[in-house]
Amino acid sequence: MATSKKILTEPLNLSNPITVQVLGICSSLAVTVKLEPAVVMGISVTLVTAFSNFIISLLRNTIPSRIRIIVQLVVIAALVIIVDQILKAFVYDVSKQLSVFVGLIITNCIIMGRLEAFALGNKPVPAFIDGIGNGAGYGMILIIVSLIREFFGSGKIWGFQIIPDAFYNMGYVNNGLIILPPMALMMLGIIIWVHRSRVKKLIEK
Amino acid sequence: MNIQGNTYTFIYSSVMVIVVAAALAFTAIQLQPYQENNIKVEKMQNILASVGEVTTPENAETKYKEIIVKEFIINEKGETIEGNAFNVDLKNEMKKKVEERKFPIYQALKDGKNYFVIPLRGKGLWGPIWGYVSLEEDLNTIHGAVFDHKGETPGLGAEISTAEFRNQFIGKKIFKADTVASIKVYKGGKNAAINAGDTEYGVDAVSGGTITSKGLEAMMLTNLSDYENYFKNNKK
Repeated sequence: MATSKKILTEPLNLSNPITVQVLGICSSLAVTVKLEPAVVMGISVTLVTAFSNFIISLLRNTIPSRIRIIVQLVVIAALVIIVDQILKAFVYDVSKQLSVFVGLIITNCIIMGRLEAFALGNKPVPAFIDGIGNGAGYGMILIIVSLIREFFGSGKIWGFQIIPDAFYNMGYVNNGLIILPPMALMMLGIIIWVHRSRVKKLIEK
Repeated sequence: MNIQGNTYTFIYSSVMVIVVAAALAFTAIQLQPYQENNIKVEKMQNILASVGEVTTPENAETKYKEIIVKEFIINEKGETIEGNAFNVDLKNEMKKKVEERKFPIYQALKDGKNYFVIPLRGKGLWGPIWGYVSLEEDLNTIHGAVFDHKGETPGLGAEISTAEFRNQFIGKKIFKADTVASIKVYKGGKNAAINAGDTEYGVDAVSGGTITSKGLEAMMLTNLSDYENYFKNNKK
């Protein structure tokens, strides 16, 4: 049985859901144009992963294996809808910013992946911690990518202008390509490359 | 009972669906009043923002009563008709024939000047976009505008709701000779409109949000054209 600390920290590095397992790529391309939505998305995914892991782990001995995927989807979908409704009622601004992406958390492969791989075979508390760890590993990559994209794409970080007007007057132009999804994919590729070349364990023979 | 058996599977899934449905229905009903109030307050805030009055959700209602002096509805010919302007749902109105449509106008009095706020609704890339544009007393010069959207891509099309984008509309004209020409969006950087020699009607489109920007251009033209008769009759 792995220790809680290992369960929590491993997804940040050795089994990072994005760079090692290559899951959840779609949403990481879509929400990383700016830092703020990326952070909120990271937090939302972390919460949903943690709680769905917890609930599925509680139910794990009662779920008939033939319909386990359906049960997992129902739990995830219900949680996401509740989160969405609460956001709409109490933090209307944030919910508007995330718009469709809250609903798309349901389709995030990381959540299903963790339910299948971890929650079905472990106790609720470790499953909860595993959810937090994986959500954080996902959020971390989102933040790195969105920092670079917002800086080079719009000259801002968290909506504040970083590149001074003087640069623009001298002829500096924001990189329009970096705002578009293909550049996000390339940046993810570069991050995976750097990660693999630095961590010996990940190098395949 | 056998967990992998058919009976158990059926009972399990039925119970699960009922429990989840009940939980979701309960959440939705409990939260509905808050959500509806948010939408109403947001509409007031948007109308006020288009005349340059920034409000918080808390003081929006008081400010609205203070600044919006008159809400009225006109028809396509420009005649005033009966009804509650605030509750007119543009989404339903757009589906009706032009002759039957109701066009709301919100009249604001701010710093001794009258402004006329016109609601807009159109299509973006992924779904509806909408907004409010306020005109000065000449019913030609744009005093301010706000835009919003349902599901445009954050960082791209969704940029239409930023202050940077909407501030470009201030001072633009909507009439060209005797017809409503509305504004035009230009691609190609901050100075594209100026380079094209169109400072009266031209604004810079959102980078990476061409379809949203074009949709916004079409939305302003269609919606403002509907008010053309009213504008002509009441121009000062």
